[in-house]
Amino acid sequence: MKRFSPLLVPLAALAIWEAVSRLTHVSHELLPPPEKVAARLWDGFANGGMAGDLAASLLREFAGFVIGAASGVALGLLLGLSRAASRLIGPLFLGYRQVALFAWVPLLSMWFGGGEQGKIAFIALAAMAPAAVNTWRGTSALPHSYIELSRVLMFRPLDYVRFVALPGALPAILTGLRSSLIAAWLATVGAELFLDVAPGLGGRMNEGRETFQMDLVLASVVLLGLLGLTFSRLAVAAEKTLLKRRAT
Amino acid sequence: MKLHHGAVRVVAGIAVPLLLLGAWSLTAREGWLPDQILPAPGVVRATLKEFIASGELLDATLISLERVAKGFAAGAVTGLAFGAAIGLSPRLNRLFGPTFLGLAQVPLLAWMPVMILLVGIDEGLKVILIGIASFIPVVLNVAQGFRDVPPALREVGAVLLFDPWSMLTQIVLPAAVPSVFTGLREGLANAWQTVIAVELFASSEGLGYLMSWGRQLFQLDLVLAVVVVLGVIGFALNWGLARVEGRLGRWQVRPA
Repeated sequence: MKRFSPLLVPLAALAIWEAVSRLTHVSHELLPPPEKVAARLWDGFANGGMAGDLAASLLREFAGFVIGAASGVALGLLLGLSRAASRLIGPLFLGYRQVALFAWVPLLSMWFGGGEQGKIAFIALAAMAPAAVNTWRGTSALPHSYIELSRVLMFRPLDYVRFVALPGALPAILTGLRSSLIAAWLATVGAELFLDVAPGLGGRMNEGRETFQMDLVLASVVLLGLLGLTFSRLAVAAEKTLLKRRAT
Repeated sequence: MKLHHGAVRVVAGIAVPLLLLGAWSLTAREGWLPDQILPAPGVVRATLKEFIASGELLDATLISLERVAKGFAAGAVTGLAFGAAIGLSPRLNRLFGPTFLGLAQVPLLAWMPVMILLVGIDEGLKVILIGIASFIPVVLNVAQGFRDVPPALREVGAVLLFDPWSMLTQIVLPAAVPSVFTGLREGLANAWQTVIAVELFASSEGLGYLMSWGRQLFQLDLVLAVVVVLGVIGFALNWGLARVEGRLGRWQVRPA
């Protein structure tokens, strides 16, 4: 029985939803019954181009994430390993972090346009900060003796980064990358809602809202949630594998 | 020597921003970039002054802050209650935990079209979305904090024959304070992020709206002026929270 208890609440919620949409006078436009949302999702994939939207959103997210995470880790390494850099750029970076992320949407859309470039720039910006902060924290927390040991072994700076700093700060970096991935996913939805209409799940939701198709909107929410779940599962699995390899 | 050290830090810290400001002025003066892409720093300063003098900036700021306060209060109170419930009772956690975690995976902004259809684009929409944004981190951290009370502390309570109420107030709550605070801080940060996002999308007032209006008029000076204001408010929020946290840390109980 205990094994099934996590299913009780969702099932009860579905039953209530079904009952409310069937037995009361709430219009099906406002609250479509669950099976209609499921049918819409199925139909969307079978012949509604939802697969294309999904692919477009994922591609966008991935492009932004790669650019943002890579530059974030690089910035974090620089800040964590060079005292001069952390003195010079650290305060500027911390100042930048005070500004709410979405405040950059209007600026980026002017600089990069509301099309693909603007969207990817915003996603990259969203992914950059968590990666940078965690990498910075992780590398600057490395014991000082590591540096001394590397000096004794006459490591070149790049060797120190490769053999000591990166593996040493790996748990922190991975935590950062996981937050970056989640931030990038949120930013993808945000960019698709705020910027120019283009294929993608956010655009599809907007269309559903404008044409008052609640089933389409809810189908997109389900899909976005499932993807979010997949991302965090994948990130945790990747983290485990990488950290296990490091330990051996 | 110490003063000298601190002075070096400050100088180093403002050198790069000053350099950037210089480059920005130069770019504007030489006309390398059109005004719609990068207005001169002086123009941004003038706009900032003008909007402060007219009171528009203050009004917008107060509206945004009021929305944050309402949404955060709603999200934090419900989040504390729900987080405490699933943190204290393994049975409730089995029932509601997975559903909550599943729903928390939906990117927050995806709820916006749903909520617009359900409640329209009035104040309710903002309060609900900001509420959800603060609810999630509060629940996650509060539940974790209640679950992770060190067993040693619980044993002390058991030895002292505490009844459940004293156990809760004397042992569990004080031990969970840091996590509760982390949750509230993350919740407030999320609320602040969300108000700007929602106002950009669906509002006719507030700082986010002021930015999207500036963009529609191709007035980047206004957009940049609001960015400055947002930075100042963000800084003030973090500073205030750090002070509160420092105070709480002093009386936090730690198992030996």
